[in-house]
Order: sequence, then structure tokens, then C-alpha cells
Amino acid sequence: MTQEQTLWQFIASQQDKLLAQVGQHLGLTFLSLLLAIAVGIPLGILISRRRRLATPVLGIAGVLQTVPSIALLGFMIPAFGIGATPAIVALLIYALLPIIRNTYTGITGVNPLVTEAATALGMSKSQRLFKVELPLAMPVIIAGIRTAAVINVGVATLASFVAAGGLGEFIFGGISLNNTNMILAGAIPAALLAVVLDMAIGYVQRSGLRSFRKLLYAIIAIAVALAAYFLWPLGTKNKLKIGFTPEFMGRQDGDLGLRQVYGMQLSPVVVSDAIMYKAAQEGKLDVISGYSTDGRIKAFNLVVLQDDKNIFPPYYAAPIVKSETLTKFPGLKEALNLLAGRINDSIMTSLNYKTELLNQTPEHVAKDFLLSAGLYKASKNGTKGTVRIGSKIFGEQYILAEMYRILIEGNTDYKVETKTGLGGTKICFDALMNNGIDLYPEYTGTGLLVLLTPSQKVVNEVSKDSQKTYNYVAAQFKKQYGLEWLNPIGFNNAYALMMRREQAEKLHIVTISDLKAYLNKK
Amino acid sequence: MITLSGVSKSFGTHKAVNNISLQANDKEILVLLGTSGCGKTTTLKMINRLIEPDAGTILINGNDIRNSKPEALRKTIGFVMQHAGLFPHYTVAQNIAVLPALLQWDSKKTKNRTSELLEKLNLPQNIVSRYPHELSGGQQQRVGIARALIANTPVLLMDEPFGALDTLTKAAIHNEFKSLDELTNKTTVLVTHDVQEAFELGHRICLMDKGQIVQTGTPAEMLYHPANDFVKDFFASSRLVLEYKSATLQDILPFLKEALPPEVKGAANVWQALQLLSSENKYSMQYDAVMQAFSQYRKLQTA
Repeated sequence: MTQEQTLWQFIASQQDKLLAQVGQHLGLTFLSLLLAIAVGIPLGILISRRRRLATPVLGIAGVLQTVPSIALLGFMIPAFGIGATPAIVALLIYALLPIIRNTYTGITGVNPLVTEAATALGMSKSQRLFKVELPLAMPVIIAGIRTAAVINVGVATLASFVAAGGLGEFIFGGISLNNTNMILAGAIPAALLAVVLDMAIGYVQRSGLRSFRKLLYAIIAIAVALAAYFLWPLGTKNKLKIGFTPEFMGRQDGDLGLRQVYGMQLSPVVVSDAIMYKAAQEGKLDVISGYSTDGRIKAFNLVVLQDDKNIFPPYYAAPIVKSETLTKFPGLKEALNLLAGRINDSIMTSLNYKTELLNQTPEHVAKDFLLSAGLYKASKNGTKGTVRIGSKIFGEQYILAEMYRILIEGNTDYKVETKTGLGGTKICFDALMNNGIDLYPEYTGTGLLVLLTPSQKVVNEVSKDSQKTYNYVAAQFKKQYGLEWLNPIGFNNAYALMMRREQAEKLHIVTISDLKAYLNKK
Repeated sequence: MITLSGVSKSFGTHKAVNNISLQANDKEILVLLGTSGCGKTTTLKMINRLIEPDAGTILINGNDIRNSKPEALRKTIGFVMQHAGLFPHYTVAQNIAVLPALLQWDSKKTKNRTSELLEKLNLPQNIVSRYPHELSGGQQQRVGIARALIANTPVLLMDEPFGALDTLTKAAIHNEFKSLDELTNKTTVLVTHDVQEAFELGHRICLMDKGQIVQTGTPAEMLYHPANDFVKDFFASSRLVLEYKSATLQDILPFLKEALPPEVKGAANVWQALQLLSSENKYSMQYDAVMQAFSQYRKLQTA
């Protein structure tokens, strides 16, 4: 019950944001649906007239449907930048197949006797289409629109990756921040929207709407309402375009710190870290939140703004493992600790650079590094048991997971299974606690601010230096979760604000305070 | 008047219609009769250009049908099809008014004409707001006929119009249909595989086989002067009934020795007259007289 209450409290405290997100979500869903109808129904009609085209058109639409949604959003960025446009285009593509297919099936399914009667009565092709074929196909076409609408409500949650807003901001923010209420505040309205939309369109379908013209009027009415919504200026009114990750938005060493310590009231767009750097490089964003060891800082010629008020303390990275796992696999701890202290900041940055920019595989990069460090041993092909290594969904974690795999397989008799790309902190941590994985690399800052969430006083106290944070987090994890932090790998990872170097130099912005001064200047 | 000369149509290598010529006159019902696949429906559909012929010409009242656009041509030709072919999303009124809507009649004219046709076809006036699936098969077919008659077109084409009806309904509709005054100013071509139907409705019958015309003639000519064994065999199984059906009371009047009761005088043919007479015992004299008269008439036909 307390869970439920706090969910209501969360919703009450965030209702403006929630309403805005619901509005964006509906806007994205409907606008893309309308465009899909505008494209899909004529295409469906075309292929019902020229049957030769049916197979290729349905085939292409089918293939597009199978492209994973995140990948599709990724493809959209170079062409459409970030914001609502790429999201709407991606959603449009997902909605196409059911609409084209059902239009085609609906029209070709009309009793041929009836179409022959229409022809024999002297109807022209277009009269036959609008008076007979489309009205009779209408229930099937509406069923297609219904399917597409439900798909789009779901996929629209991913729009937050490209700064298009929607309920995905809460869902993915909640996953990154280990905030169940935040996840539910996004997921429940999204599910409700899908159910309500499904029922509403189902009602239209059953009401026996036969007139194509009526459907057209309804569509135009919705389109006008949406256009009005989207012409309303969306997002940032800053002089600079600012994009933060969902996780950064909710962290003390993130947007909250910027507000409290620097007094910066930014209105950033929320964007996935997978595309944020690229968007910064291409000038789609000017200021982004990132990790200080990310290889793309170097590659895209970005510059990290100096944190002159110290809200981004540096944190160690180290593997975390259940104490009982270490007992179950003797020798595991020693193998993992082989990496301790071996990777400093600049090494990590260059390793990240190799995977992210030079497109080398994490396996390759991990092996090269271990060879040069003299740590590489060929796999013993052990059979004594399987250790499962997890990782979050970004490059650095993939490399670390690979290194641990090589070290364990080379130094022990255990087999290793890697489960990489486990979304954000919450997914990895829950997997670890529920024995889905045995270990994953974590950052002490995340452990402190996202998982432990102690009082402000404690945070201020322990985050003064990396070692202090590590000691506090290691002790608390052991006590609260039965988890052990092994020895730090060596590098410090911290959040940072970054800009394109040339722009920062032009505007004379070196520190975060400079940025604030520039933004406040009229 | 419809004139086909040297008309052929192939589907792939199959010759569906092979060089046929025929003529359907004003005010007559010409029946295209044959087994399935004989080319009768293809022939019918070439008249309103649902199918385009490969060779030959088709004239309607002297005009080559290729000179008008198909849509325009079809608006001048009524068409009735098997299973009625009604639009399931239209009410009866809307179904009947399809052609008036295309011709942009004013609604009053359409309404009056619809109500006139409903009356002639023995359909209740309140049927207009119903949908086709709420009607019986016979009612649907009547609505289909009303739809084809509404614009009073000079030509009426019927493709197995009563094929899907049960025997009783069919008989009822046949009687009504034949006496329909709407047909008196039309050229009607009707396709059927039902021999009895051909004899009951057709003024002339055109028997087809394998894409060609075997014989064209009145029902009596087909029976008593078959062109070859195919024609003879075609009617053999129901010959007796057909003979009675092919003769009208007018035909046997010269040989009739008894006066007929008034309710029998309207009978369409001898078969019907005999049926009426045999149902009442008091008419046994008249029954015998009609039988005798028919037998004399028949002798003349076969002589």
C-alpha cells in the first residue's frame, strides 16, 4: 500500500510533466498514424489494382516492420536530426504495414459479384472504388488502423531516445534511476492509452461506419487538432540547445545539482546517450551530459566544461558480485582483481574511442589491451561451472565485460556467459539481485546516488573524494544487499557537461558558471 | 434490337465463343440456353462490354457498342445477375436507386419510380429501408430486377436471374415476370441452363454448345423440328412437360370443343391450364377436352 501511495504522490508532484508527456505521446501517435493512413490507404488501393505490385510492396513494408525500433530511430537521426520529426517518421513506418495490408485485403476481399454488379450498372472505376469497394472494405481497413494505433502507442515510448518526449521519458528515466514510481507513472498511462484507443477504434469499427467520407472528415478533424498542438512551440527556449539523458535528469550529480548548486533552470530535451554525442557533433544539440571517459569526446572534438562548483565528483568503476557467488566460485575474485588499477582515465578513453569510433569489436579491443598489459591467457575451456557477466548498454561496459570473460576463462576452470546490453542501472542491478547474472561493472557514484540514495548530508560527506565514496558504498552494499565491490579498475568516471570545442571557444565558455552567465545574458 | 455478327472470344487457348451471329428482337425475350461452359454467359457479358470480344461486331438498335464509352453504354442496359448482386451496405431504396443516382435524377422522381416498381414486383413498400441480408432470396431477386428496370432502359440482360431460387419461388416469379408490362418495350436477353425456365420465359430460344449456336427458334420449333440429334437429346428428359409448356391456349383453341372456365383463360400455356383444371373435379370434362385439343395440335406439329 505504501508503494501505491507514493506512486500517487509521485504523480501528483509531477502532474505537469505527466500531462505534457501524455500530450506529446498522443501527438506523436496520432500524427504518425494520420500520415500512415494518408500513405497506406492509397498504397493499399494501388496494389489492389496492380496485383503485381502487391508482393514487393507488402514485402518491403514487412521488412521495415521487423527493423528493431531503436535501430530505426537511429537511422532517422542523420536524415531528420532529433526531436519529433524522426520519431514521427519511424512511427509512420511501423504503422504502414497493417494499414496497407488491411486495405489490400479488404478491397480484394469484396465479393466479386458485387463489384461486377457495380460495373454492370455503369459505375466508373473511381465511383466503384468510393461507393462500393472502400465502404465494403472499411471494417477491415479500420481493423488495420486499430492494430497500427496500438503498435504506435507502444513504440512511441521509444521516442524519448530522440528527444521527442512522450511517456518514455518517465519509463526510461525510471529504469536508469531505479525509481519504480517513475516507471509506473509512465507505463500505466501508456498502457491505458493503448487500451482506450483500441476500444475507441473498436467501437468505430463495430458501429458499421461505411462511409469513406465520414472517416475522412474524422481524420481531418483530428489532424487539425494535432497540428494546432504541434505548432505550439515545443521544448527548449534556451539560447543553446541542451540535451540530457533521462538518468542525468534525475541525479544529484546531474540536472538536480545544476539547479541547486549552480542555480541553472534549464529546460533541456531528454535524449538517449546512444545518439546524444552524434547530435552534439552535428549541431543538433549544443550542450550535452556525458561521461568523462567517453571515446567520442575526443573523436567529435567536444570539450568538457570545468565543474567549478564540484557537483560531478569522480567515481571509481569496479565489478560488483554477490558474496555467496564468490564462495561458490573460488578463484573468481582473484581473476577479477587482476584488472584492478590497470586502466587509468586516458587508457579507458582510448579504448572507448576504438569501439565507438573505429568500430572495433569490444572482444577485439579487450583482447588487444590484455595482450599489451601481459594479462592475456588463452581460455582453459573450463567446465566447472558458468559465471554470467552482465553489462549496461554502452560501449565501456561491453569492453569491461569482455575483459572479465577473458580473465576468468584464462585463469580459472569456469565457463563464462555474457549478458550484455541490459538497459540501465535498474535492469542490471535487479538481474544481479535475482541471480539473473553473477556480476557486472558498476560505478560507485551510481551505487551511491541511484541505488543507496542516502541523505544529502551523507552524500556531501562521502563524495568529497573517490576513495571515501568507494569505502562507504562498499560497506553499505555488503550490509544492505550482501554484495561485494571488488577492487577499483583504476579509472574515474564522472558526469560532465560538454560542448563542441569551436562553439565553446567562440562563446568563451570554459566552466559551467561561464555557461550559466552566457545563458542568462540577454 | 441487338445484333451479333461473327463474334468470337477466347480465354487463353480456350475458345469460349466461336464466331456466333444472332439477333434479339424488340419486345421479345431471347433465351440463351446451354450447359455450363457453353459460352452463353460470355456472350451475354459482351453485349454490355463486361467482356470485350476478340472479333465480330455487336449492334444495339443499329449502333456499334464500341462507339460509346463502356460506362455510358452500361447505363442504357439493365443487368440482372444470379444472387441479385445487391450492395450489402445499401438499403433496398439505395440499391434500386444506384442508376438514378449516377444519372442525377431528382429524389422525387426516383422515389415515385421506386414505389411504382415495388408495386409491380409485389414487394411491400416498407421494404425500402431494409438491408439486403434482411430479405428472402426471392425478395432480393425482385429488388435486383427493380434495380435493372428503374431507368427504363431499352435493353435488359439477365444472367441466370432465378438460378438460386427454390422451385416454388421460382414458379411464382416466372409468372409475374412474364406478365410484367415493363418488358413490352424492351429487348431482353436471358441466360439460363434450366430448360423449363427457357420454355416458360423465352419467346425464342438460342441453344448453345461449345461456344457455338446449335439452333435458334421458338420453343415449339425446338421440340418439333430439332436441327440435329444434339437438340433432340437436349430436351429428351423433360420432353413431355415441355410440349405442354410450349403450346399456348391460343394454339389449341381451334381444336377445343368445350368452353373453358374464366379462371383458366389467363393460363400462360397448356401445362398451366391442365394443372388448374385437374385441381377441381368438376372440370374433368374440360380437362379431357384440352387434352384432346392438344393432341390434335401436336399431330399437326409433328406432321
